[in-house]
Order: sequence, then C-alpha cells, then structure tokens
Amino acid sequence: MQFGIMSVSDITRDPVTGHTPSEAERIENIVRIATHAEEVGLDVFAIGEHHNPPFFSSSPTTLLAHIAALTTTLTVTTSTTLITTNDPVRLAEEYAMLQHLAKGRMDLMLGRGNTAPVYPWFGQDIRQGLPLALENYNLLHRLWREDVVDWEGQFRTPLQGFTSTPRPLDDVPPFVWHGSIRTPEIAEQAAFYGNGYFANNIFWPKEHYKRLITFYRQRFEHYGHGSRKQAVIGLGGQAFIAKNSQDAHDQFRPYFNEAPVYGNGPTMEDFEEMTPLSVGSPQEVIDKTLTFREAFGDYQRQLFLIDHAGLPVDMVLNQLDLLGEHVVPVLRAELESRRDPEAPANPPSHADLVKAKYGDQAPRQPRPNANRGDNVTGGSPYQDSESAADSYPTL
Amino acid sequence: MTDFRLAVVSAGVSDPSSTKLLADRATQRVTALARERGHAVTVTTIDLRELLQELPAALSNQLLGPRFTRAVDELLAADAIVAAAPVYKAGASGLFTSFFQVLDNDLLIGKPVILAATAGTARHALVVDEEMRALFAYLRALPVPTSLFASTEDWTDTALGTRIDRAARELVLLMESGFARAVRDDAWGAYQHTYGSGGGTEVDIDLNSDLMRLATGGSLRPDPDEDPFDPRNG
Repeated sequence: MQFGIMSVSDITRDPVTGHTPSEAERIENIVRIATHAEEVGLDVFAIGEHHNPPFFSSSPTTLLAHIAALTTTLTVTTSTTLITTNDPVRLAEEYAMLQHLAKGRMDLMLGRGNTAPVYPWFGQDIRQGLPLALENYNLLHRLWREDVVDWEGQFRTPLQGFTSTPRPLDDVPPFVWHGSIRTPEIAEQAAFYGNGYFANNIFWPKEHYKRLITFYRQRFEHYGHGSRKQAVIGLGGQAFIAKNSQDAHDQFRPYFNEAPVYGNGPTMEDFEEMTPLSVGSPQEVIDKTLTFREAFGDYQRQLFLIDHAGLPVDMVLNQLDLLGEHVVPVLRAELESRRDPEAPANPPSHADLVKAKYGDQAPRQPRPNANRGDNVTGGSPYQDSESAADSYPTL
Repeated sequence: MTDFRLAVVSAGVSDPSSTKLLADRATQRVTALARERGHAVTVTTIDLRELLQELPAALSNQLLGPRFTRAVDELLAADAIVAAAPVYKAGASGLFTSFFQVLDNDLLIGKPVILAATAGTARHALVVDEEMRALFAYLRALPVPTSLFASTEDWTDTALGTRIDRAARELVLLMESGFARAVRDDAWGAYQHTYGSGGGTEVDIDLNSDLMRLATGGSLRPDPDEDPFDPRNG
C-alpha cells in the first residue's frame, strides 16, 4: 500500500496571517514539501495541472523531474494531467522523458479538467471534453507502445509514420491512472486497458464513488486483466491532524472556512460527516481512513490533500511529520493485515512492469538508426527493427 | 382505487405562514377530491425552512445533507406535488428557487404540480405563471393549468376557494391519468440523464454507446466504407 500527498498547486492567501505567497515562494515550498514527504517515509508525491492563476503548476513534468532528482525512493505522479487540452503527442514525449530522468519512479493520472475557459486557450471545447479525453488516451496508449504510429482521429491532426521520442524507459510505458468521479466511460477505459482507476474522494459521501469503483472492478475482470480484487485503485482524501481533536479543529477551521473550493459553504463539521475529510487526532484520521477500505475494498494508493487553502508551509511540513510518524505506519500495518492475499499490495512499479514484459531477459533499449533526413517513411527508425532495413535497400 | 403519494413543498418562512396555509388548503382539496374518487393519498410535507442550514453546501458543492436527501427521496416517490412560494421583490423567494435549482434536471419529469404563490400585493400575481411555470417547464414537470395566487385581499374572497378547487381537480385527474409513470416506463430513455441523476436512480451504464466504443479503443470517425466520397476509400 502506497501513501502520499497530492497538491492542486493553488496559491492562496493565508486567512490567518493575510499573507499571500509569491509564485516563487510557493514553487520553492512545494519542492520542500515533496522532498519532506520522502523524509517522513511517504511513497508518493502528486501535483495537479492548471493553466490559470492562482495556480502555479502549468508544467508538471519540469517540477516532477526536479523532485525526482532530489529524492531516491519517492514516486512522482500527477493529480491530474489534462488529457483534454494537452496534445497526446506532447504528453507521450514529456512523460517518457520524465520517466527516463526519474529512472522509472513515476506514473501519471489523467483527468479532464473542468475549467471551461481553459479549453479554448488550447484550441479545444469543453463540450467535447469526454470524447477528447477518450480519444487522446487511445492515441497516447499507442504512442508509448508502437515505434511508428499511423493515426487518424476526430480532434487532432492525423499522424503518418510518427515516432514519439524518447521511447519509454526500457520500452515499458509509464503506469497510467484514470481519475474520475462520475463518468462511467472513464472507468470503462481504465478497465479496458488494465490501467489504474483513481477517485478523488474529496467532495462527496464515499458511497458516491462506490458504484463506479465497483463497475471498474467488474470491467477490469471482464477484459481479462485479472480478478476484480486485482484491479488497481487509488483514492484521495484530505486530513488535518493535531495531537488532539480540538486542536485540529481550531487550527484548521479558518482555512476550511475560506478554502477556495468549499469555503463559505458547508460547516466543517457537516463536511467531515458527509465527506471523507478527517480533522482530528492521529487515531481519528486512522479510523476514518480505514473506513475507505471497508467501502471500496483493498486499494493500492492513498493520497492526502494537505497543502491547500493557504496553509503555511511550516504547518504543511508539520502535517507531514504527523502523517509520517503517527498515521501512516499504523495504516500500513492495519491495511496490510486486512488485505485479501489476492489483492495487490501496491500499484505496479516500473520494475514490476519490466518484469511482466521481459521476465528475466534484458529489457529492450531502442537505438535509433542514423538520421536519414526522413524518418517518416518506411518502418521503424530503430536498429533492432527489421522492417527499416527492408524499406531502404543499400546499393 | 390507487394509493397516491403527494409531496407538498412550502417555502414560507414565517410561522404561521400564509404560503404554508395556501399549500395546506390545496393539499386538503386534493386529498378530499381523491378520496371522493376512491383513492387514498399519503401526504408528505417538505418545509424548506428546515433545509436552510443545508442549503449552502447544496448550492456551493452539490453536497446534499440528510434533510435534503430525504426531500429528494420524497419528490422521487411522489405522484404529484404542491409547490408554494412567497413572492419577494417580484419573484419567487430565493429559498424556493434555490431548492429546485439544486435538484437533478430529471427528478420531476412528467409529475403533475400545483404551483402556488402568496404576496402582500396583487401586483405580484403573474409571478406564478411567468416565472415559476418556466422553472417547472425547464424541469419538464407538468404544472396544472390553474395557478394559485393569494395576496392579502384574496384570503377573504371565495374566488380563491374556487380556484383551489379547480387546481386540485386538475391535479387529481392528472395523477389518475398515470402520465408521470407512463413517461417513466415508456419514454424515460428519450430524456437526458447523467450518471447518478434522477436522485441517484440513473445508474444504468449503456455499454453500447459511441463513447463507450471510443473508451475501448474505437474511433468516433465515421466508417469510410459508408461514404463513397471519403478520400480514405482511395
């Protein structure tokens, strides 16, 4: 079971001090937060993607490559990568590059993005958000698995003889999660490809997410990727921890009350009761998090949102200390002891995927042919492909 | 003959409330007329004042508290509805419109509704027909032809009783017709639904849609074989 944190990259005024961090400050701080996550024993750091203020994370692979360079065990990932407004060709290239630099310590999560004005900035239309997401992933999937792709779809310029470079590390594509909370088509796509499914588990009662998770499990089995229990599931959640419940409530309340997403709406107590938010002592956070497994079955990744709504960086680092010292070790032990042996303990790592593809053989290491000024006709541009030789007979 | 369920939604906030009074008078007539025609009627009252504390979460996050959830369940189960609002500043009260704006678009399809409003002056009389009726048209509910409106002077006018009687009779006839249930049985798929809408009842997943084919590696592009002029037919 992996534990980690996910950030939406909001730059929000601290409602207690009135201080709004500069972009420079917040970007520097997110690196501290991510590296500290590894220091306290967490497994995963995830960053969102946004293209409008007050968010900073427009270039997640740049940030994640930097974090990967500063860490040794942490898996870097996204929450989420926009599969709608990004060109899947660029995603294939950027994330393959990140995969190389991170030595495979990465994966990514795809989401649609629900900010309508962002779509036209990238030449898209939010009304086509779902078909865009589905079609773009179909292409991304092929770009990472086929050296040379001919492709024609509804939304993007057709591709003829296109090779996405670099090829994935060890010619094994990064593991992909599909994030969704209300779209059966996304759950179906995750199941069809045998990818992971992630429910953000933030805004609604957990029962709300249960139906689609059950559907994803059924379809994962239907497509022959394994049993329902072997489906790969990740969940979000948010927590604020203090030594005792009252302190946690007192400290978090001003941030909750003015949080960008739910501030000035429900009371914190109502939100705690109705949603997966847990504010309280380590034991309370542990107890609430354990209810997720009861509702959804064994799952492989738990990400907490802890750095939003203007929470100052020292408080966030302290939250990481509390998570790492008092919460996660207990959750690890509890969840491991309850896990059905058939259910995977972790989502597949790069090493797992390499082993699944090659067994004990050495992985393929693609080496390009010399530049012939024209890499778009003929077969593979890589040396280990026979078809390349066929199409260019030597004189 | 039939056992009908009637949900009465009142947005009156004072106690006693003339809005609630108007809703009650309509409800009594509906119940009495239905009984005369051999039906039993179970009445549930949804007093929107009791939902006030849950409204911020519902409006800002579509997060429905326990009372809201109960109200949605009652409306879903109802064969007919009486919906009554006070008129403030030339419109149905914010509480009333907010409540119905939070509901799923397909929750009330085909359900007969008596629309009722109260106001301090007769100058608000057309709010029911010009504003509330539009809201229920959007929700594809079926407001009865007779709208109810009572300003101060109407409470002493027997004509109000006549109108209440007329609206109640229209509602009972529409309930008897079984229109809402027939729509649900025969034409439900022709209305737009989203996953989990209809108060959480729309959870069937159609695996045969174009989008599902796209989700499983298919294409949205039309099959070139079907178009002789498609250049891909070369």
